[in-house]
Amino acid sequence: MRSTSRRDFLKTSGMLVVGFSATGLSGMSSLVQAPAPSTQGGPYPDPDYKQLDSWIVIREDGTATFYVGKTDCGQGTGTAFRQMMSDELDIAYDKTSCVMGHTDITVNQGGSGGSTAIQTEGLVMRRVAAEARRVLLEMGSARLKAPVDQLVVSDGVISLKTNPGSKVTYGELIGGKRFNVTLTGATIGATTGVAKMKTLQELKLVGKSPQRYDIPAKVDGSLKWAVDVKLPGMVHARNVKPPVAGATLTAVDEASVRNLPGFIRVVRKANYVAVVCEREEQAIRAAQALKLTWEKPSTPSFPSSEDLHKYMRAATPTTKSDARATGNPDAAFSSAAKVVEAEYDVPFQGHTAFSPAHAMADPSNGQMTIYTNDMKAYTMRNGVARFLDMPRENVRVVWMEGPQAYGRTAADDAGFEAAYLAKEIGRPVRVQWMRNEETAWDTKGPAFAFTMRGALDAQANVTALDYDARTADYNHVGYDDPDTVLIAQLMGRRPPTPATGGSDTPSEMYEIANRRTRGQVVGLPLVWETPLRTGNLRDPNGPQVTFASESFIDELAVAAKADAVAFRLKLLQAGSTDDSRFKRVRSIAVVKAAAQTYGWDTRPSPNHQSSGTIATGRGIAYAFRGETVVAEIAEVEVNRETGHVWVKRLVCAHDCGLVINPEALKHTIENGMLHGLSRALHEEVRFDTEKVTSVDWVSSPSLKHTDTPEKIDVVLVNGDPHPDRPDLPQFGAGEAMLKPMLAAVGNAIFDATGVRMRRVPFRDERVLAALKGNTTLRS
Amino acid sequence: MSNVTLKVNGVSHTVDVDPATPLLYILRNDLDLHGPRFGCGLGQCGACTVIINGAATRSCVTPVSAVKGEITTLEGLAQNGVLHPVQQAWIAEQVPACGFCQNGQIMTAKALLDHNPHPTDAQIRAGMAGTLCRCMTYYRVQAAIKRASKELA
Repeated sequence: MRSTSRRDFLKTSGMLVVGFSATGLSGMSSLVQAPAPSTQGGPYPDPDYKQLDSWIVIREDGTATFYVGKTDCGQGTGTAFRQMMSDELDIAYDKTSCVMGHTDITVNQGGSGGSTAIQTEGLVMRRVAAEARRVLLEMGSARLKAPVDQLVVSDGVISLKTNPGSKVTYGELIGGKRFNVTLTGATIGATTGVAKMKTLQELKLVGKSPQRYDIPAKVDGSLKWAVDVKLPGMVHARNVKPPVAGATLTAVDEASVRNLPGFIRVVRKANYVAVVCEREEQAIRAAQALKLTWEKPSTPSFPSSEDLHKYMRAATPTTKSDARATGNPDAAFSSAAKVVEAEYDVPFQGHTAFSPAHAMADPSNGQMTIYTNDMKAYTMRNGVARFLDMPRENVRVVWMEGPQAYGRTAADDAGFEAAYLAKEIGRPVRVQWMRNEETAWDTKGPAFAFTMRGALDAQANVTALDYDARTADYNHVGYDDPDTVLIAQLMGRRPPTPATGGSDTPSEMYEIANRRTRGQVVGLPLVWETPLRTGNLRDPNGPQVTFASESFIDELAVAAKADAVAFRLKLLQAGSTDDSRFKRVRSIAVVKAAAQTYGWDTRPSPNHQSSGTIATGRGIAYAFRGETVVAEIAEVEVNRETGHVWVKRLVCAHDCGLVINPEALKHTIENGMLHGLSRALHEEVRFDTEKVTSVDWVSSPSLKHTDTPEKIDVVLVNGDPHPDRPDLPQFGAGEAMLKPMLAAVGNAIFDATGVRMRRVPFRDERVLAALKGNTTLRS
Repeated sequence: MSNVTLKVNGVSHTVDVDPATPLLYILRNDLDLHGPRFGCGLGQCGACTVIINGAATRSCVTPVSAVKGEITTLEGLAQNGVLHPVQQAWIAEQVPACGFCQNGQIMTAKALLDHNPHPTDAQIRAGMAGTLCRCMTYYRVQAAIKRASKELA
């Protein structure tokens, strides 16, 4: 039984401790130290989600460990789980710890994705913690010989209401023993016991801001990351990628590296090549020295990045999509007093993880254990089992901290590669990509080309909106599917058709009677083995879509000679249709809160034309990600002589329903806004017709300290803007803040200069060209 | 391969390696000091930063044979079990998100404050400009440097 073996390893000393440590030197709780399973053993069947013991372990000393099938992308998710579960269990927060994302000891809750950990699995974890509390109260009732309704529980101590001296601790009741309580639920996500969750009013830790438990060990150097795993007998591998996309490997000259120090083997299958050496620097040197002969493809693999959007607009979509219409857009456009049209372009943007992809795989005992920072540990496990043709029970994935890039990164690829190489070599293999490999070949957020059209009547009301999006998202990394990782493609293993991604539509709640919406996917000539493979990047399509939709609303406001905030509020307040999910009133609330916090003065854009070198302006944009809504304002300084844009101030009004940890949330919002700012100002995958040419931090720049705003204000608008609205549950909060940023900055640049930027990123040279060309609103 | 002796965080170590090996791999793989990390191998990001003779140094592009002087890594900042004021400020401001770059942020900030204990905002920005973070914790990093600067007063 798994939970028994887990308890064994909890008791066993000398196990491999791989992380979760926040002990360090800071005097913080030592209780978050949790061991990973031994490197020995296996097989590794799935933890039984219907056993309470799979979720919570309480020890004799009264400490508890929560087993969570999610991962923490550096946003305090683990801390939030501990808060919620401690609250439901009635145990002191400091006596708890959290293990996340080990496929053999945490129930498959899917790892991370869509920033829904707290929103969705938070409820599961609250229910199982509430059930544990219920069971412990029953045990306490028997021990203290008193009915449950005569008991109180606080910080893991059950006592008699009438006689507080008569008490028993959780540790005394269950420590070292199993709950043996069966839960119900047709799916993992529906797991529940008999107990009811507490009401919001009963929660004491939720809404407080304990410091994140992972931070001290990240500051004192004691945390062990996936990059730090060391195993006896381990070796180091480096890949050798094709010099141009779609090239075919025709010859390998192993003699070119055979005599290098530490050389073990060249592993090659079709176009996949890796060099394995004893030491890391030896593998790097051998991979650079290995002589390979490649045959280039006879036709261009893709248009250059400069020609990409022209190509996308002219291409025949790979999926035919009819436009969806509400009202009668054609009639509205024919009777319009004014029609506004604009095109917007967003390039491919990389995940560009701060540390290139890496993983360690251990083939000991006929099993395969992969140590990875990939946020989808469970699908990696399933995929690797299929890829290597091993039973699932023999494959285990251990998630550990890593560099975040907020999505389906090349960490997935590295995990498959390490596992393949470990099986080939028969020793633990650590693989790590190099910087140029990561930046060129990691998964990309898809490029978009938008065509927007809007109609205004004689009173400058918006009467129609036409949205047409095309996205280059034709080879999208999958989940359980082992054929979509790069190593599989390079080996010639392909699914029958590419895993097509999708287009997307705006998330705003504007009341516009006549709308036409269309989203289509276009492919590029090279489908397989391409560095332009896409993968979900922090709200996969949201920043792109919102750049177009919220820039265009701004253009309509300008055409209507209206203030940007007042124009949006008018479109939101015009709503007369059902608002049962309160999405419209919540939209109004965040737009108003952002404007109020900023100190927005009502006037049309652009700002009065100043003759100085530095032009200043402000811009607003808003969006939903799922049920979470944000409005953001950017204040910019644009240097007319250099084209340089500095975002001096940012404001975010954010509503994600119930907030678990307000301070951790604010930090996450600040960082996410700056991630959006990086994508607005800097990030773009550049390529010629055969290869990616943006390959390091110089050719693929990212936000820097010098770009940082002087002031960032975050307002949590989680009060009730509507008298009839019930308390909201918690919604995901890891992505929404990024979504409006591109448009907010673009709108601010227009306000400052009267020049509309319709393509991101707003790099100096692009802004300067626009300023010189005086590219103004086309209407 | 040849024997190279390094003094790191007050302790001398002798390792038998190719002298051209970047210091980073010796620290991480031979000395088990994981504070410095591989980010680019090009000296562009700062993840591998250590302090040598008071200067923030990128260990990924520093051949071990070129090291002259005592090396301090992130693990060596604390003294007698007490975190360095920069580290304390980092916790107080809750700076890290994923945390992967924070070795570079902390070590660069420490060297910056050693040379200029009371930097202006502009000096902080300029001094930290080459130290990258993909979680974009820059706002908090700058707040923590200002906090540490006050503590060092």
